[in-house]
Amino acid sequence: MRSRARGTRVLAAMSGGVDSAVAAARAVDAGYDVTGVHLALARNPQTYRSGARGCCTLEDARDARRAADVIGIPFYVWDMADEFHASVVDDFVAEYAAGRTPNPCLRCNEKIKFAAVLDRAIALGFDAVVTGHHARLGPDGLLRRSVDMGKDQSYVLAVLTREQLAHSIFPLGDSFKTGVRAEAAERGLAVAEKPDSHDICFIADGDTRGFLAKRLGEAPGDIVDAASGDVVGSHAGAFGFTVGQRKGLNLTRPSADGRPRYVLSITPVTNTVTVGPGEALEVSTVAAERPVWTAGSLPSTPTECEVQIRAHGETVPAVVTVADGQMTATLRWPVRGVAAGQALVAYRPDPAGDIVLGSATVSLTRS
Amino acid sequence: MTYLDHAATTPMLPEAIEAYALAARDVGNASSLHAPGRRARRTVEEARERVAAALGARPSEVIFTGGGTESDNLAVKGVFWARRTDDPKRNRVVASAAEHHAVLDAVDWLGRFEGADVSLLPVDELGRVDVAAVRFELDQRCDEIAMITAMWANNEVGTVQPVTELAAMAAECGIPFHTDAIQAIGQVPVDFAACGAAALTATGHKLGGPTGVGALLLGREVGCTPLLHGGGQERDVRSGTLDVAGITAFAVAVEMAVKAQQETAARVGALRDELVSRVQAAVPDAVLNGDPEDRLPGNAHFSFPGCEGDALLLLLDAQGIACSTGSACSAGIAQPSHVLLAMGADEARARSTLRFSLGHTSTLDDVDVLAAALPSAVERARRAGSVRGGRS
Ligand SMILES: Cc1ncc(COP(=O)(O)O)c(C=O)c1O
Repeated sequence: MRSRARGTRVLAAMSGGVDSAVAAARAVDAGYDVTGVHLALARNPQTYRSGARGCCTLEDARDARRAADVIGIPFYVWDMADEFHASVVDDFVAEYAAGRTPNPCLRCNEKIKFAAVLDRAIALGFDAVVTGHHARLGPDGLLRRSVDMGKDQSYVLAVLTREQLAHSIFPLGDSFKTGVRAEAAERGLAVAEKPDSHDICFIADGDTRGFLAKRLGEAPGDIVDAASGDVVGSHAGAFGFTVGQRKGLNLTRPSADGRPRYVLSITPVTNTVTVGPGEALEVSTVAAERPVWTAGSLPSTPTECEVQIRAHGETVPAVVTVADGQMTATLRWPVRGVAAGQALVAYRPDPAGDIVLGSATVSLTRS
Repeated sequence: MTYLDHAATTPMLPEAIEAYALAARDVGNASSLHAPGRRARRTVEEARERVAAALGARPSEVIFTGGGTESDNLAVKGVFWARRTDDPKRNRVVASAAEHHAVLDAVDWLGRFEGADVSLLPVDELGRVDVAAVRFELDQRCDEIAMITAMWANNEVGTVQPVTELAAMAAECGIPFHTDAIQAIGQVPVDFAACGAAALTATGHKLGGPTGVGALLLGREVGCTPLLHGGGQERDVRSGTLDVAGITAFAVAVEMAVKAQQETAARVGALRDELVSRVQAAVPDAVLNGDPEDRLPGNAHFSFPGCEGDALLLLLDAQGIACSTGSACSAGIAQPSHVLLAMGADEARARSTLRFSLGHTSTLDDVDVLAAALPSAVERARRAGSVRGGRS
């Protein structure tokens, strides 16, 4: 990141966590002229996760400000609550209501951090946005997995276009998380020991179903066995289930063969959740909408690659084709638990870090 | 650095710093009965006399406090409570809609938690309290009102209020009138006795004194229920060990600010006029807010159409220019100015403001630097404003 650094004005998005604080500090060391910004995403900051786990609380804003002070950069809070609610929270609720399983972090990167924030930054004369994401972005403009596979966030960045990546800086991609924490401590950043954030920042207590029920209303319905058609349980709302889910189904009747059952599909129109055996989850073909080709322009011929179909999921070899605004992945062997709404991300294995080729949103699966 | 935020806080005068350091070297609690205590007491009483003399009050009317916010809260809540206790029919507090949050939120709190009735007085498009509305309010509800509060000069747009007229109207009805004169002292003539107010707020850090020291001037006959209970140091209205060094430095600053008021008004006022015309030349569609004539000499407050004030602030800050959007922020997020909204501005205009405020260290150089930096900042902020169509 050194080559174009000197004097270039960049905006560091500072969540109040350890990663973004170290990322901002490294950008300063590299010679960038860095300004820190904390994004206020909650309409009412008190209602978001408090303490160390989220990204949207008053305490996080204070932590971010304190880190900026220690690093010695200007710091401001940008109110992005309206944009965040319209693009991320409302989308999250609507996707679940439609029986899909959205990834709000990915949506936030696509619509907020590398869109609304980046656009505003560029208009104000900044050249790029710096974040603490664990992913590599080198001078070749290619996005690669982090060296720390356990922390790799390339999956949630795979929605970014080349143009967006050209204005992005990820200083942490070559580091392991433990090293980042140690460095934060060395730099005197109080967030060094702050726990990692998990889950969804705008769901204060981690209760996704409760959050959705409050917005969508309780809607009791049946859980139906795919093979027999029998009602084997009930639910308080088809939303909030995820294809592949096994826990929390509270089935009232055991399966005939005594083997565990999983959510196979969610049908919002009939408010039905269908369950069945694990094999029935296997899919070999995945269709996905709104393709983005991060590594260049959309390919016109089938592309051999590896695909990842959910956050922190395994990859599987596949052939990906893009046609008519749709991406289709033919998997080398079947995988389980592919949910509509998740991202299909195509990677090309590479010794210097697997390269993100592109992504699309899963719409349809076939076994 | 180009410091154009004297209305937020202004540098301490060297004389005040010296007085502070001198007093801070001495030991002594002004309530103690021994010699060091007596010495501290004497220092405080001298300071009280100096503040009183400078502001047209009697020494016994000066209550030292921990700053403007405390003085405002004490005046609003304390006078309201005392008056309502005397006469339970009087359950209404009347305030101008353009007050500082230290007054406005105290009034709001009385409404929410003390069952007070609240009347907010409208201001006109220049930010001036509507005298006719006050007259009407008094005619309608003279017997219900426990106290009235209206600031001497507005901290955002700089408009000077018809305080003497308001105080006289309140006095006719026998209603105590409080004025927050924090921004006015040293900028325009302020005389407690002559203005007819029952209570007046002053604070140190806006006039060259230290932060965290202020005073409430409170007429001898005006009842005021304490907020802070304890040793009863200040007339039993305010408790807490007196900050001898802070009070001494505050008194020096008040005295000097008042003595220099005319000269300040002339010099800073001329500089401000220059700033206004240079800003308007650089950004022809910039709108000067507030009363063009009757305003604080150090205040220039603009709306920049199509810009967000906080974007402009960031850009100027990057050029070493310190100014303010003028309005309060919550958790670092600039809120649309309640003052501009009260003046009838729409939300976009209320978010598009910057306040440049000059003071005793300001020079023509500051104006030059601002005028040079402003056009490109405005252009960029406009671009940023247009990519943010969502909120206009
Ligand atoms: C008009 C007005 N009232 C009250 C205050 C609060 O005073 P202090 O900062 O001393 O608490 C200020 C300044 O912030 C002010 O400008």
